Amino acid sequence: MKTLPKTDVVVIGGGWTGLLIAKELATRSAVKVSILERGVARHKEDYVGGMDELDYNVRFRMMQNYALETATLRYTLRDRAIPIRQLGSFMPGQGTGGAGEHWGAVFPRHLADVFELLKSTKERYGLKKLPEDHAIVDWGITWSEIEPYYTRADKLVGVSGKAGNIRGKLMEGGNPFEGPRSEEYPTPPTKQPYFASLFEGAAKSLGYHPYPNPAATISTAYTNPDGISRPGCMYCGFCDRFGCMIGAKSQPTNTLLPIVEKQKSVTLHNGCTVRRIVYEKGPHGEGRATGVNYIDQSGEEVFQPADLIFLGSWTLNNTRLLLLSAIGEPYDPASGKGVVGRNLTHQVSFTAAQAFFEKPLNRFMGAAPAGVRFSDLDGDVFDHSNLPFLRGGTFGGIGQGYQPIVGFGTVPPSVKARWGAEWKKQAVYWYDRVGAIGFSGEHIPYKTHYLDLDPTYKDHLGDPLIRMTIDWHDNERKMVEFVVAKGVELAHAMGAKEVAAGAAYGHYDTRRYQSTHVQGGTIMGRSPETSVVNTYGQHWQAPNLFVMGASMFPNNGSANPTPSVLAFTYRTADAVIDRYLKKPGMLA
Amino acid sequence: MPLAIVLHSPVMRRRQFLILSAASVGGVLVYTLGGQPSLLPAQDDNSSIRIPLKFFTASEALIVAAAASRIFPSDQSGPGAREAGVVIFIDRQLAGPWGRDGHRYAHEPFEDGAAAEFGYQGKATPSEMYREALKGLKGFDQLTPSEQDAKLRTIETTVFFELLRRNTIEGMFCDPQHGGNVDMVGWQLIGFPGPRMTNYLEIEKYRGEAFRPKPMSLAQATAHPNRPGEDES
Repeated sequence: MKTLPKTDVVVIGGGWTGLLIAKELATRSAVKVSILERGVARHKEDYVGGMDELDYNVRFRMMQNYALETATLRYTLRDRAIPIRQLGSFMPGQGTGGAGEHWGAVFPRHLADVFELLKSTKERYGLKKLPEDHAIVDWGITWSEIEPYYTRADKLVGVSGKAGNIRGKLMEGGNPFEGPRSEEYPTPPTKQPYFASLFEGAAKSLGYHPYPNPAATISTAYTNPDGISRPGCMYCGFCDRFGCMIGAKSQPTNTLLPIVEKQKSVTLHNGCTVRRIVYEKGPHGEGRATGVNYIDQSGEEVFQPADLIFLGSWTLNNTRLLLLSAIGEPYDPASGKGVVGRNLTHQVSFTAAQAFFEKPLNRFMGAAPAGVRFSDLDGDVFDHSNLPFLRGGTFGGIGQGYQPIVGFGTVPPSVKARWGAEWKKQAVYWYDRVGAIGFSGEHIPYKTHYLDLDPTYKDHLGDPLIRMTIDWHDNERKMVEFVVAKGVELAHAMGAKEVAAGAAYGHYDTRRYQSTHVQGGTIMGRSPETSVVNTYGQHWQAPNLFVMGASMFPNNGSANPTPSVLAFTYRTADAVIDRYLKKPGMLA
Repeated sequence: MPLAIVLHSPVMRRRQFLILSAASVGGVLVYTLGGQPSLLPAQDDNSSIRIPLKFFTASEALIVAAAASRIFPSDQSGPGAREAGVVIFIDRQLAGPWGRDGHRYAHEPFEDGAAAEFGYQGKATPSEMYREALKGLKGFDQLTPSEQDAKLRTIETTVFFELLRRNTIEGMFCDPQHGGNVDMVGWQLIGFPGPRMTNYLEIEKYRGEAFRPKPMSLAQATAHPNRPGEDES
């Protein structure tokens, strides 16, 4: 193995977190940074000519190549895990920018009580309301501490929307249930597709409080505090699973990369796969990371020594790399001991109802986040005293740009044929007359849901795959039942001619895309007994190792995680630059 | 059926062709072969187009074309799999990385008995699945349409049929650069305009009335060179 000269900082992963921490370090300190990204190099310009549904939305050109590496899945501790052989329920990205390149750019903050779920639930309902096998822990941080960092994330991407609560003052047209924000959105709401306007009317008629979907595909030209200028959206509809040709959709390659690339102190290495973080145990239990082993573009094994390491790969890969590197004690669901891998969650994200209309919707026009949502049935906004479940989520009516391969063939329940002349006739008629009422809900953590290394299946390098043990429990199944009834009601209120109720939740289904918002595994907290990292992402057993991303989140709030991921990365950047670099050690 | 086959040459490594009458594929056939886009104008109803096959044998291609035409028939409600060139699309997909599972985790052990929620767990690649299943459909293209439907009903719950159905939809509505959706007949059928660069002025203008701009393919919409996934290694 070749050993390279020591560098100050290694960043593992060139996505949202990796490029953000590199930008902050390079522009605000004197350290030298080396970013190791295993995928291809990408720039905004690479997306011109990429508006091809088959290659991007069906064959998933921008995603992690599962031929090389995937995850395995089982429902309970007794089962043998099965590999997820093809992309399905979540879509990790590959290449510079990571999943932040192909994402849908929906940009909501968490509700204020998500960070103190245990405390607030206990106070309102008592311990009895919690499922027996829950693993809910508070994050060790409060809304008012994280809010300023949300604001910085908002400005980085220029998020479009309408505030509902500015410093405690309720604002007409925004979300009245959101935590107080310090400022209005940087840019006004996106235009509203027809389907979204139907949804808005129906939501109002039922007494809900709809508001514009927070969109990081921005509504109008915007220059961020770093001087990066981007244009407003043209509503071409090629967003989710594509890169944005004009740069209206915020991506790491159009907000962060242009700055990172200009820094002499930062080098971005593509095609470099980190296999281990090298760890040295100290005499008193606490150790330090000394560098990383990786395979470079030419296939050579390399050791890169470094003083400071940031782990910013995708959720599952963060946990996998800590487990492969034997850093921290792996979580054991039988004894409840150990921490690495605990609190694996996904998201209760599904179509609550499909609404079929007599009028055409022109659904090719849109943007992944362009639409309307409401939070009346989110979190603990509504009373759960007499409901058989905890928490909730947001309903959305989005006009994301409907594409024909994926979209064709959605027919009302009255149509039974699946092929042939009758099916074709019906599917052609309904193609532009159907819309989905979406729901994005919380997933609470359970003691039996965790990540560890699979005993059987290996990646292309011979390292064990990550194994997910996860399934839906009663709390999710009952939430879904409740949500479907509300969704059907909304569809009727929209004037739908026919309505298809969303399917009930059975077992976790790897075939159905639900979101890429898998979370947990390297969770934050106030104590090394119950968490992997502190609230800065600093590893309890290695003060010079910081973990970034949604793997830090102890429970899955209903909101899409990227704004929170960016907020926590900003907070980490401040703590490292203002305090750690001056006096390395555990941050209080 | 406006389909016929001619075996190009009776030697060992003969290249096989699918012969289509020009009338069956609309005005022009747009396709790529070896990365080169081609435009083949049809002269008259009696002319024919010879399409070199990349994966199928000529007889396999006829079976797939016939089956796709029953899944997505050409009838009074509009053009179908035949006009869209679905069989050409599938041929190229199977010859490319997708056909050999270039992006699917294919390590053993395979657990064929896994619950449906775990997705397809078989060992066979899409190209292997087609080759095997087509053996059981010999002579399919010679049957009457109602006999063909009856035959398809006997396999409609199989993994292969699901794949064929999915590939037929893909071939109907993909960008023409992939060999299907010839002349954008699929897009015209459902009112999809293709990669239209901007809807800024129209998105809030049309409320419940159809807005149907003339479709444009990716090649027409952008001068940027593009390499379809099936041509990647």
